[in-house]
Amino acid sequence: MKGLIVERAGPLALIQDGGRFGVRHLGVTQGGAADWVSLGWANWLLGNAPQAPGVEITLGGLTLCAEASATLALTGADLGATLDDEPLAPGCRFTIAAGQRLAFERPRAGLRAYLAFPGGLDAAPVLGSAASTVRERLGGLDGQGRALTEGDCLTWAGAAGPERTLPSGVGTLPEVGERVMLALVGGAQLAGFSGTSVFEAFNTPWQVDQRADRMGVRLTGPELRYLGEGMVSEGIPLGAVQVPADGQPIVLLNDRQTIGGYPRLGALTPLACTRLAQCQPGSEVWLTPVAAGQARDAHLRQLAYWR
Amino acid sequence: MSDPNIETVGMDTLIVRLFDDIDEEHMPWMLAADHALREAFGEALIDLVPSYTTLLVHYDIERLDLQAARARAREALTGLTPATSGEGQRHVIPVWYDVSVGPELARIAERLGVSQEDVIARHCARDYSVFALGFAPGYAFMGRLDDALATPRLKTPRQKVAAGSVAIAERQTAVYPTLSPGGWNIIGRTAVALFGRDQEGYSLFRPGDTVRFEAITREAFIEQGGDPAPLAERGDTPTEAQR
Repeated sequence: MKGLIVERAGPLALIQDGGRFGVRHLGVTQGGAADWVSLGWANWLLGNAPQAPGVEITLGGLTLCAEASATLALTGADLGATLDDEPLAPGCRFTIAAGQRLAFERPRAGLRAYLAFPGGLDAAPVLGSAASTVRERLGGLDGQGRALTEGDCLTWAGAAGPERTLPSGVGTLPEVGERVMLALVGGAQLAGFSGTSVFEAFNTPWQVDQRADRMGVRLTGPELRYLGEGMVSEGIPLGAVQVPADGQPIVLLNDRQTIGGYPRLGALTPLACTRLAQCQPGSEVWLTPVAAGQARDAHLRQLAYWR
Repeated sequence: MSDPNIETVGMDTLIVRLFDDIDEEHMPWMLAADHALREAFGEALIDLVPSYTTLLVHYDIERLDLQAARARAREALTGLTPATSGEGQRHVIPVWYDVSVGPELARIAERLGVSQEDVIARHCARDYSVFALGFAPGYAFMGRLDDALATPRLKTPRQKVAAGSVAIAERQTAVYPTLSPGGWNIIGRTAVALFGRDQEGYSLFRPGDTVRFEAITREAFIEQGGDPAPLAERGDTPTEAQR
């Protein structure tokens, strides 16, 4: 079957969907698009279900060559994409003709771009999802979780829906000069941190560290002190902000371990996680408390766009 | 069991806290809470992650708001009675205990001043409860270990621990389902498959199950399909960066 051939894979291009659910009690991680909003919009542009499988391109370096023409959609980070050397800005639906090359260079804004395919990319679900988790060897093209590699062929079965354009102001990338606020729902252990630490957590800027991947993103800033006792490992929600002994928080993302024993400030909302997933190392971010109900309202508004 | 706490831990997640410490005696209550919460949340449940003393409930916010979710959790836990013992499955896991595949077997024996056979006998002498699954698919935290066998984690985790490696850390024991990094003390290897997408229920072990280890010979291990390749890499060798 004709599709898009991977000519150059780059550092990390993964097949991702909405994530793998219902198996976390077996130790299987959630996975799924780190910026699920961008994947959702890419799918929406083609008339797909928001969680249909697509490609998550991290940092760029990917080149695809089309064997047949296709209508695709690109959202998320600006990774310097070109279509036969013509610049292609993210947030669009476009047609690639047979023989044309879609190439991604390096990040100009954000970290992760999403490419959607008519009806969703062909990838057999494993444990209910096509999401690639390299560490667990689950999902992806081969079902073994591996990242895209040279020679892979990307195919799809559906057809693109009627033409659509992205509403303005719905992207997940921060505007130039915008203060990146990450909404956090406070957890029960918040009370176990020193008063100064709680103040500092929400009133000082945090730097996004180099040590960042799909499992978690380390933030550096003031040293947070937990005064409570040692914890027994417990389940970890998406976006959990855990604080190990060095006092520097780690925000746990899609490929996090299922249980863990570090105290937590709370959890970023799933929407805030998408913003963090687009922050380059060295970016400045702020944590801001939000009530669970408020977070839910914002989340439901996002889902309503795609109805 | 004291009154359970229901804690909000995220936009769409609660933690039900039943106990404060790790104890086999808690397992019937944990199993009962697991069943009750699954039933109470039904279609609105996205994931339920039990751990030693808590159960994380990830619910669908399109169906429930926080108040409704808390109410369901509260209802589920009202009048909870512990699951009857023996509800979990019993497993016997054959293990080839040998320093070539379990380098810390020698170290533990040396520290205790006993023979390796004695360490093996102690590891095989009791039933272990599966407290929780986590770390990796099918990775079961089991305990409690004979006090004498309790050993701290390696200072530097190994980059690669072979699938089937039988391990000890503090008063817990576990088996690595797949090749992965790991910081536990390795004492042997089993040929039994612990996790697989084609396996019924995917994972051999579930919380509440009981596991007993049984020592077998190298020949028997190979006959069962085991890979006898030595676990060569030593995790406690300092890396270049640390020297």
